[in-house]
Amino acid sequence: MSLDYSKPIPLFEGKVSLREMDDAIARPMEKPDNSRFLFALSICGVLLSIGGVSLYQLLAHGTGVWGLNSPVFWGWAIVNFVFWVGIGHAGTLISAILFLMRQKWRNSIARFAEAMTIFAVITALIFPLLHTGRPWLAHYLLPYPNERAMWVNFRSPLLWDVFAVSTYFTVSLVFWYVGLIPDFATMRDRTKDKVKKFIYSIFSLGWRHSNRHWQHYERTYLILAGLATPLVLSVHSIVSFDFAVSLIPGWHTTIFPPYFVAGAIFSGFAMVVTVLCVVRVVYRLENIITLDTMERMNKVIMATGLMVGYAYSMEFFIAWYSGVEPEQFIFLNRAFGPYAWAYWIMVTCNVLIPQLFWFRNIRRSIPLMFIISIFVNIGMWFERFVITVTSLHRDFLPSSWGYYSPTVWDLGLYIGSFGLFFTGVVLFARFMPVIAMAELKAVGDDAQPSHHGGEHE
Amino acid sequence: MSKRIHSVSALFDTPDDIIHAAEKTKKAGYTRFDVNTPYPVHGMDDAMGLKPTMLPFCTLFFGLMGFFIALGLQWWTSGDPMPVIGGLDFKLPYFLERYPLVIGGKPLFSLPAFIPVMFELTVLLSALGTVGCLIAGFCNLPANGHPIQDSNYIRATACDRYGVCIESTDPRFDLEEVKAFLIKAGGKEIEIHMENEPLKIGLSNNLGFGAILATVAIVVSAKTYFVYNIMLYLPPWTWMSEQPKVLPQRVVEFLPASEAMMAPPKGTVARGFMPYRYAGNPDEAASNLLNPVPVTGESLKQGKNLFDIHCSVCHGYQGKGDSRLNGQFPAPPSLHSEKNRNLEDGRFYHIITEGQNVMPGYAKHISEEDRWKIVNYIRALQRAVNAKESDL
Repeated sequence: MSLDYSKPIPLFEGKVSLREMDDAIARPMEKPDNSRFLFALSICGVLLSIGGVSLYQLLAHGTGVWGLNSPVFWGWAIVNFVFWVGIGHAGTLISAILFLMRQKWRNSIARFAEAMTIFAVITALIFPLLHTGRPWLAHYLLPYPNERAMWVNFRSPLLWDVFAVSTYFTVSLVFWYVGLIPDFATMRDRTKDKVKKFIYSIFSLGWRHSNRHWQHYERTYLILAGLATPLVLSVHSIVSFDFAVSLIPGWHTTIFPPYFVAGAIFSGFAMVVTVLCVVRVVYRLENIITLDTMERMNKVIMATGLMVGYAYSMEFFIAWYSGVEPEQFIFLNRAFGPYAWAYWIMVTCNVLIPQLFWFRNIRRSIPLMFIISIFVNIGMWFERFVITVTSLHRDFLPSSWGYYSPTVWDLGLYIGSFGLFFTGVVLFARFMPVIAMAELKAVGDDAQPSHHGGEHE
Repeated sequence: MSKRIHSVSALFDTPDDIIHAAEKTKKAGYTRFDVNTPYPVHGMDDAMGLKPTMLPFCTLFFGLMGFFIALGLQWWTSGDPMPVIGGLDFKLPYFLERYPLVIGGKPLFSLPAFIPVMFELTVLLSALGTVGCLIAGFCNLPANGHPIQDSNYIRATACDRYGVCIESTDPRFDLEEVKAFLIKAGGKEIEIHMENEPLKIGLSNNLGFGAILATVAIVVSAKTYFVYNIMLYLPPWTWMSEQPKVLPQRVVEFLPASEAMMAPPKGTVARGFMPYRYAGNPDEAASNLLNPVPVTGESLKQGKNLFDIHCSVCHGYQGKGDSRLNGQFPAPPSLHSEKNRNLEDGRFYHIITEGQNVMPGYAKHISEEDRWKIVNYIRALQRAVNAKESDL
């Protein structure tokens, strides 16, 4: 296996004609393996119903059923929120930032990663809503003229979060849908089933691949990518403000926004690799989602893992260098206190294990990258746990120290969140094109004319 | 009645062919034609002679709108209530009422804290505005009824072929000429698209649609009524009307002894109530305790108040032992006896704290400092009743 990284790597393995591409991508929708689909869906259903029971407990008895108590009032709900929002970031990074950088390899995975963004953000949004204790009054979070003659506090990072995450969700959804319009049109023109044709017609809006439309469409895509790029950076920065704008030692640091964004990309890419490892085999898309693409993902994982590792060490350095005693205490407490086990799980999974990707053989091995990406996900969940809980559980006065442990309902809701996310992913993979057909066709070897308009012989 | 022709189309096999075909079509003088390709082909805009898209200006417009809406909203809602201008005090409707909050001593208009929301709204409105303009403004979608829909031509161009389509509204359109032109340009599978019949809008074919609308209206109203008038008043959505809390003179169900006043844990010391060092030891109290409260007009006044509240019931207002209880409770001896006049301050303090004979201790009711004030007042009473000449 000798690879020359200085030359462009072909996007597809072998020669794939445009029609074969359509056939391969449409296969899960046209000739579905229903037994496998129902099997996957029923597993997700079990996870979802565990979440449903936990949700009922929470609504019936209040947030007291969680393990929250003085001094730790931000528990798993906040940890899970940050975890899921972070997972979503990979999709926007792949679809927007890599698009602006003209990275053609993104085309085969962009659609799937964007779908994961949508489902991850939906899953994430559930947690802060439940954490408010009265989710049915969630509209109080929005500034609207009301009979109470009250307005929200625009100086609160928690309100910025409401705006950031809801904008992020809306823009991601619109971006995803704009990308889907031509593919829905292709599906509409492929199918012979009347019901399917009706549904695809509605969602394709009657798109007819006209160049007079493509002209505006391409510009819209570029603009949306340009808008989504600062947006995705802002979202996790603002999520980090929830912590950094407070005055709690261990939270009140300026490194938080870049550190959170790097962590989000890190965990998001890991989740995309985990899911794609399965999807490319199940849907037989190995020659489109190639090993080269997976290897590039692993390189991003390694790079962001190093950034996260740098942030961990820099936090310790600054705590020492600042000379602030509570800061120093909290970081020593993180590494050697009662939650040291969580801290060292985090360091092992996030900093040490991704170093294996320095070896090309590991980078290009599907089973190994699958395992490593799962470790990264575990590590990134623990990172949010460590940040949230260790800074809270030892307050300034030793009389208000405590040890936080979750209850079974915390766990149930967390399992349920996986159920929700994977239900979305499974349904998406069954009913929508998992790869952007139009985008993929445009980057093939002979896809563009050999000359450029007007200047030919 | 024969249907009108909408357009004539031809298919091509490679991106190079379609670029040439588009250029030839433009050169032949056709203006109302379109090129359909499965993906955007580079250089096609020039080949067709299309002007650059104006879409970015829509983005700019909506972005600025979002920016100023966010700025205005935050400026208005966080500002001071409306000032009275020129004696005119006009009342704002409740939903425009401002809501000034001072956070961390910052000014009401604190721009740095407003930037995140301004940024998010700018992005949100630019994105939605751009996509809205793309779909409705620039592409005239949805257009599921377009004449070329559902033809072999559109099926081929959606997959792997490239096509040119010349419309009949073109001033130079002539069916035979266009057909010949397309074949000469290398086009295959020439197809003629017919104009669709205009949709008949009448009661009969819209009855079903009307029924669907009516059903949706009924279901949505019923759901809304149920949610806002019934469901939200059921547990757990009780609009906070059910709040477990302590109410006076009521049984408290959620506390162990069903009463609000729970016994403090053993060894608890309340604020201002230090344990008494001379419990059961009046002699030591008499010799060791010193009155820390100086005799001033203010402290004597407070002492009188406290004495009248707590002591005078039995001891009488002057401490003469003339109880107001009319013999229902044994009257105490006078505080003006020879023996009582010679007692130390500390012993009085001890008696108030611990009680004596049938008198209960007052440590729970009266704070330490107040007990000393009462002692001072008793001294003043004693001196007033048995005044010496030098006091005059």
